[in-house]
Amino acid sequence: MTAHSAIQPTHVTVGDAKDKNWYIDKSFEILMFICGISAIIFVVGIFLFVFKEGLGFILGDMNFSEFFLSQKWRPTSLNKATYGILAMVAGTAAVTGLAMLICLPISIGAAIFIAEFAKGRTREILKIVIEFLAAIPSVVWGFIALSIMNPLIINVFDVPMGLGVLNSAIILALMAAPIVTSIAEDAFKAVPDTYREAAEALGATRWQTIYKVILPAAKNGLLSAGLLGVGRGFGETMAILMASGHSINIPTSVFDSFRALTATIAAELGETAVGSPHYQSLFAIGIFLFLITFIINMTADFIVRGVRKG
Amino acid sequence: MTTSPEFAITTKDMNLWYGTFQALFDINLRIKKGIITSMIGPSGCGKSTFLRSVDRINERLGYVRITGAVDVFNQNIYAPSVELSQLRKQVGMVFQRPNPLPISIRDNVLFGYRIHNDSGRKISKSDEEAVLEDALRQVLLWDQVKDRLDQKASVGLSLEEMQKLCIARLLPVKPSILLMDEPCSALDPKGTAAVEELIWELRGRYSILIVTHNMAQARRASEECIFMLMGKVVEHTSTEDMFVAPAHQETANYIEGRYG
Repeated sequence: MTAHSAIQPTHVTVGDAKDKNWYIDKSFEILMFICGISAIIFVVGIFLFVFKEGLGFILGDMNFSEFFLSQKWRPTSLNKATYGILAMVAGTAAVTGLAMLICLPISIGAAIFIAEFAKGRTREILKIVIEFLAAIPSVVWGFIALSIMNPLIINVFDVPMGLGVLNSAIILALMAAPIVTSIAEDAFKAVPDTYREAAEALGATRWQTIYKVILPAAKNGLLSAGLLGVGRGFGETMAILMASGHSINIPTSVFDSFRALTATIAAELGETAVGSPHYQSLFAIGIFLFLITFIINMTADFIVRGVRKG
Repeated sequence: MTTSPEFAITTKDMNLWYGTFQALFDINLRIKKGIITSMIGPSGCGKSTFLRSVDRINERLGYVRITGAVDVFNQNIYAPSVELSQLRKQVGMVFQRPNPLPISIRDNVLFGYRIHNDSGRKISKSDEEAVLEDALRQVLLWDQVKDRLDQKASVGLSLEEMQKLCIARLLPVKPSILLMDEPCSALDPKGTAAVEELIWELRGRYSILIVTHNMAQARRASEECIFMLMGKVVEHTSTEDMFVAPAHQETANYIEGRYG
């Protein structure tokens, strides 16, 4: 009942409410609902597809201890095919770890500058440039790795080859920097201004305020920014394929070449027979990657929720 | 300066602008040392603005401009040589909403004490404990919180306790002036009474300037009273005179509740 009808009662029957506008309204509601749940349908669909393709291998040829503990990835061997991903897991983990070591200080520093110091135009320009960094295609980062970083590393460190953990980590750090910076900035923004005011009114300098109040208050948000960076590191494919050297090997120095889980799938999937154990084993790697990024993202999400509640 | 000054805060022809908006006009005030002075007036009359320019916390906004002089114990606080950190050590501020820092009760109370430790040597644990207990006892909070000093200050404390904590954390750096911006407006009547009582307890040791919307509070809890209207000081006398025989018609109107 609207206010109008309360003042001047009219005899509206229930059936009259379903006029043209009612149908437009209803159909848009349904359309939006479909759009809304399509994301869920796609995620579930992708997961089911990947799982279905990989399942035959997991139930059949796969030997769990070999899969996770052997470094021998020889899916095309005629005598005895082995499917060990240990070297690739180690390589991916090493490069992600190193990338985060490079990325986090830079990104958090940038976020502190943007959130706490930069004002007006400086801040806007910085934010736009950082977002632009996020828009650079992965393969272009690969170009940079091959044609700029590679000779640079060879010259600076006097090593025979510049493709490997260090190169990949630097590229990955730059690729993850925009998202980590922007989430870290959100974490700083979420710290109530009354904390800054309180600390400054007690005579704290800007740096003391940041160090003693803002950073501890934002630490959960920063942790989740770091985790999303890690998720990015595990999932990145093309740039790493180009920067890693792509040789199966547990890296023991930052100049060693390695092979990433993702890059293996990208490089080999096109050459396998659909349904073969090799094809299926690549899907098993996909499931493994899916689970890892899923866990990382969920953890980051829970941490962020924790921030909002506290 | 050989004799200790009689006034805590003096201003001469002070004007203040937020951007192009003038918020304070020709403020000439002499606020006595060691007593409680209250500032009353309708919303937007500039009382909080004045308060916030005495510890220069106003400057965080970045578009504030001030002319004239503001002296704290005969020191011009807008002189270029003034260090903000030192000024804010001398002039503590209590905000409208209790704003404990998101760290433990202990760290809250010792926050100022630690950052103002210029001696270069580390503060000893026993020293900190003594300072902590003394500050919390002064604000009548020690007994309530002594068993949970390491608990976060933003949870588990009532608003009244938080506001007392916010007063307590000012004390270890030994300020001479306490500025209070409607310190009780977020509290219930019981909390208001408790904090008022505390403010009254602190009288004499500190010069207290308290902004309030609550006329009864100004009357109960202050010795001198300043009435402001539209960015100007209308009247500054003893609280008793202000409420019994105001010199200006505007003051009388406000006190009797004809606007506000």
